[in-house]
Amino acid sequence: MLSALILLLLISGALAWYTGQKNPQLCRWIATGSLGMLLLITLPFLPEALSSPIQSNTLNPGILNGPDHRMNWLAFQQIDWIPRFGISFLLALDGLSLLLVILTLVLGLVAVAASWNEITERVGFFYFNLLWSLAGVLGVFMALDLFLFFFFWEIMLVPMYFLIGIWGHENRRYAAIKFFIFTQASSLLMLISILALAFQHQQQMGVYSFNYFDLLGSGDHSLYGFWLMLGFFIAFVVKLPAFPLHTWLPDAHTQAPTGGSIILAGVLLKTGAYGLIRFLIPLFPGSLDYFAPYAMAIGVIGILYAAILAFTQTDLKRLIAYTSISHMGFVLLGVYAWNTLALQGAAMQMLTHGLSAAALFMIAGSIQHRIHTRDLDKMGGFWSSVPKIGCITLFFAMASLGMPGLGNFVGEFLVLIGSFQVNIPMTLIATLGLVAAAVYSLIIIQKAFHGPPNTDDITLDLNNLKDFDRREMAAMGVMIVGLIWMGLYPQPLLDTLSPVFSQLEAFVSLSATVDKAHWALHSISQQSPNELLPLEQLPPAPFPLQEASLHQVLPDRGQAVIGRLP
Amino acid sequence: MLKLLWLIPALPLFSSIILILTQGKLSKNRVAFFGVGSVGLSALITISCAISFSLAPEGSVYSQTLWQWIDVVGLQPAVTLYLDGLSLVMALVVTCIGFLIHLYASGYMYPDKDYSRFFACMNLFLASMLILVLADNLLLLYMGWEGVGLCSYLLIGFWYQDPANGQAARKAFIITRVGDTAMAIGLFLIFRELGTLNIQEAMNEASRQWPLGSIYASLAALLLLAGAVGKSAQLPLQSWLPDAMAGPTPVSALIHAATMVTAGVYLIARTHELFLLAPDIQMLVAIVGTLTLLLAGFSALTQTDIKRILAYSTISQIGYMFLALGVGAWSAGIFHLVTHAFFKALLFLSAGSVILALHHKQDIHEMGGLYKRLPFIFCGFLIGSACLAALPFTSGFFSKEPILAQAWHQAPLLWLGGLVGAFLTALYSFRLIFIVFFGPVRTEPQPLHMPDRIKMRMSVSLLTLTALALFGGLFSLPLERVLPESDPHAPAGIETLNILLPLFGIYLAYHLFHRDPDRLQQLKSRPGSEKIRLFWLDGWGFDGLYDRLLRFPFLRLAHSLRNDFADALSHSTEKVSSYFHGLLSETQTGQVRWYASIMVAGILVLMGIGVLN
Repeated sequence: MLSALILLLLISGALAWYTGQKNPQLCRWIATGSLGMLLLITLPFLPEALSSPIQSNTLNPGILNGPDHRMNWLAFQQIDWIPRFGISFLLALDGLSLLLVILTLVLGLVAVAASWNEITERVGFFYFNLLWSLAGVLGVFMALDLFLFFFFWEIMLVPMYFLIGIWGHENRRYAAIKFFIFTQASSLLMLISILALAFQHQQQMGVYSFNYFDLLGSGDHSLYGFWLMLGFFIAFVVKLPAFPLHTWLPDAHTQAPTGGSIILAGVLLKTGAYGLIRFLIPLFPGSLDYFAPYAMAIGVIGILYAAILAFTQTDLKRLIAYTSISHMGFVLLGVYAWNTLALQGAAMQMLTHGLSAAALFMIAGSIQHRIHTRDLDKMGGFWSSVPKIGCITLFFAMASLGMPGLGNFVGEFLVLIGSFQVNIPMTLIATLGLVAAAVYSLIIIQKAFHGPPNTDDITLDLNNLKDFDRREMAAMGVMIVGLIWMGLYPQPLLDTLSPVFSQLEAFVSLSATVDKAHWALHSISQQSPNELLPLEQLPPAPFPLQEASLHQVLPDRGQAVIGRLP
Repeated sequence: MLKLLWLIPALPLFSSIILILTQGKLSKNRVAFFGVGSVGLSALITISCAISFSLAPEGSVYSQTLWQWIDVVGLQPAVTLYLDGLSLVMALVVTCIGFLIHLYASGYMYPDKDYSRFFACMNLFLASMLILVLADNLLLLYMGWEGVGLCSYLLIGFWYQDPANGQAARKAFIITRVGDTAMAIGLFLIFRELGTLNIQEAMNEASRQWPLGSIYASLAALLLLAGAVGKSAQLPLQSWLPDAMAGPTPVSALIHAATMVTAGVYLIARTHELFLLAPDIQMLVAIVGTLTLLLAGFSALTQTDIKRILAYSTISQIGYMFLALGVGAWSAGIFHLVTHAFFKALLFLSAGSVILALHHKQDIHEMGGLYKRLPFIFCGFLIGSACLAALPFTSGFFSKEPILAQAWHQAPLLWLGGLVGAFLTALYSFRLIFIVFFGPVRTEPQPLHMPDRIKMRMSVSLLTLTALALFGGLFSLPLERVLPESDPHAPAGIETLNILLPLFGIYLAYHLFHRDPDRLQQLKSRPGSEKIRLFWLDGWGFDGLYDRLLRFPFLRLAHSLRNDFADALSHSTEKVSSYFHGLLSETQTGQVRWYASIMVAGILVLMGIGVLN
């Protein structure tokens, strides 16, 4: 069932390429139709997710990888692929994946709409790349086998490289290669980590496994575990992106065609955040302990640094690209704060930023399409000639500066109020980002739409600028309604997400405690870690974990351990 | 009737949405019908709610939950409207004054081509302001709080073609945003410590959990105060308000005089339990208020733009409200908020009529002798100024008197500041009257080219406001159950001083600015006085200070980061690899001799290793 979703996109991508040479219009409709159909298939999962039997208050001790873990998923599909190495075609859908899949499909449609008139050369190949990249993204959001995850991670990358390199703007080759090197190099690090985890599993259990459920919590507190964790971390924060690994993004976003920018900002960045939530922390629960302050610091630096840089840009798309980095800083902060409030906030921020950034890139693209420049210094006074574009830009600028009532506010506020429970200094610095966001958002409005018409450029005829047409208004309307809905009534989304997060949190806190105890025990006895029981062989700990249950986990030396626990 | 409470903010919101969606395609009459009518209806509903509220048993409150906004582990803000004495008073002021100003604006803005956009923003503002005052939790209040900031930004920059207006609008938004950010941190703190953002619950919890003078109470109060200071243009975040006068005059009347800028006062009164737990911070409120009212009073003396004078006077009057809250004259502070809304709206609208008659001249030195030319406006202006100067029997007198009396009891030094401020108020407001309405005619007013029924609307609005300003002091507000009681009575001597000093101010204004201008010239020619005048004109140099302390360093930092030094890091890997590439490519000379000798050398090295092993 789930693989059919991906397959459908792959097939229609190929079909679009095939028909595109003769009939470009047809392949546009193929893309629209296939994405629309997928949307129709996935939307019915939403009410199901809302009525999910596993709500936050009915946690079972088996949590994530217990015997009946399949119950936790809205849809689950497992096909053996390479059984010798424990690789299977394992796809599953829960609330988090579902919302991100829906976001992907909606933004896919928006990207198709934005490219409708913009892309006129090699149309079929364009839509082929677009759909294949989206297929990769869907796979990333659903894969629960690490090998398969990596496979999809690469699939979404290559078509995007073509999108930037072929249909991009003046400096597209540089941008495409930079994008490719950054993501490729970092994902190789992740591949190494994935393989190491599989080998580790083989050492402990005798068989290879890339299965998510087998590997959960297997990254331990040792230096070795730290390096493995770092491999994942770098891959994910390059995608996110976080300071200082963000530098591919301004170039890629600026040079990509509008449709590509929409997919990049709206969807691709979220795969990094999703990877952190779904894979990194559950695989390495202990890393929260020692690594969270650093990761949060990276997030906070990113928030402010990118906000300041956004302010100084004169290229409209580059400005928006930096705002994306700033917003993703909030996601990183929220993920590593790792409590329900902050996680819900991070997820909301992913969804709302997907819409608002995509809309801003679409606006930037349509302005460029009309006046053939992205230079803010050459703009000015557009409001009187294109009031619709002005009004809509104002709306999304307000969304990106976190105006309450729009979705982005819910995300940022939840992240900040959640991380305030964990780390006050970081949160205080991050909150300064709210002021910085006001500074950079208003500069867009000021330079492009307010002020007198720019008379330096005589080629610019303001009176003949075309305002948004129906197709553009429809795409914008969807995103506007979405952001208002998420701002005023986010509860259905939060309810969809809450079972996911409560289980992840419960699992992580349990195994982090066991890991900590384990490690403390190790440091007491000065033995090598190999002589200790691996985590999987520990008796299952009752939940909630209390002092008494620690005695059960570590019967003989428990007392000594508890005394030493920080 | 109370069931209709939700319509009070919803009606202006609907109207705003209609006006936004129609994108100026409606005729001006239709726009006015929606824009003004929705607010009028909302005012009517508020009044009828007030009537049912007054019939309800005393001390009862009414709350209406529309929907659950967010519900995540303990954070459960709902979209709930909360009506008690305080929010009722605020809602009445906002809708009624809002309606009168809308009515006036439907005439004032008649010639403008962006009529529809104007009313869309104004209605959106009213909706946000009503959400702010009716919110039952701090998050919803924050939504209204940011919403009014947005509308203030949009309306200050309404005439966007002039970059200076955009500059002023952004300045207002960003400076208030600084305060808002502090307030957001206050919200985080309150939620972390008290576990709720519901105002009443949080206040009860605070009184239960935090002892008097506890550090948490002080911090929370301080952070909320920072938000209030930003929105209400008090020290040190006051510098945006004079520039905000770039907006159309009805905007200045509604947003930057009567309603939005008093939101800070409302916030402090709403959370007064918190401030009572933090006496130091409460005293700080009073000190901020006193300093602000003095600074702004001196600045108002030297301004030459009629709207900037009124802007500084607004800052100064809000200073009185802060003083009132700080010394514990809670109800008096709110009462002053109400009467100030009446007379300041009147003053701004009258000033608007003057500006309209003089074809958008705003410099008072280009005006003069208008009392015969515009007698009706002169009457309004005179009454407004009398209220502003708190002359006996005007509404301003009834509200300012208890503030000064309470200040006398609590902190005589602050009372002295307030008294000096009262003197300054009389001086600058009557300076305005004497310069603009007396003396020689400098610019001849032009008759307005508008349909009569539209002029009529403006006159009705002005007349109603005049009546409110005169008799508004007789209202009694239903605040006993909400705010702590204070019944201040100063000794008779102090009372007399409070009354006499403003009269002296008027006499001095008459003397200096009307009867004996030479005396003023003498004063001006004294050494140093020009410097002081420029300093005050500039608003005590705060703009320059912030430029040097914050804006320029930020710009410099931004400029130096402009090229993203992190990019240099990734480029350095490129440089390193191309350096090694260069080194290796040196070996590829294309000369057979060189290749052969390298091969031999390599073989020798390998053999050497083999032998040594």
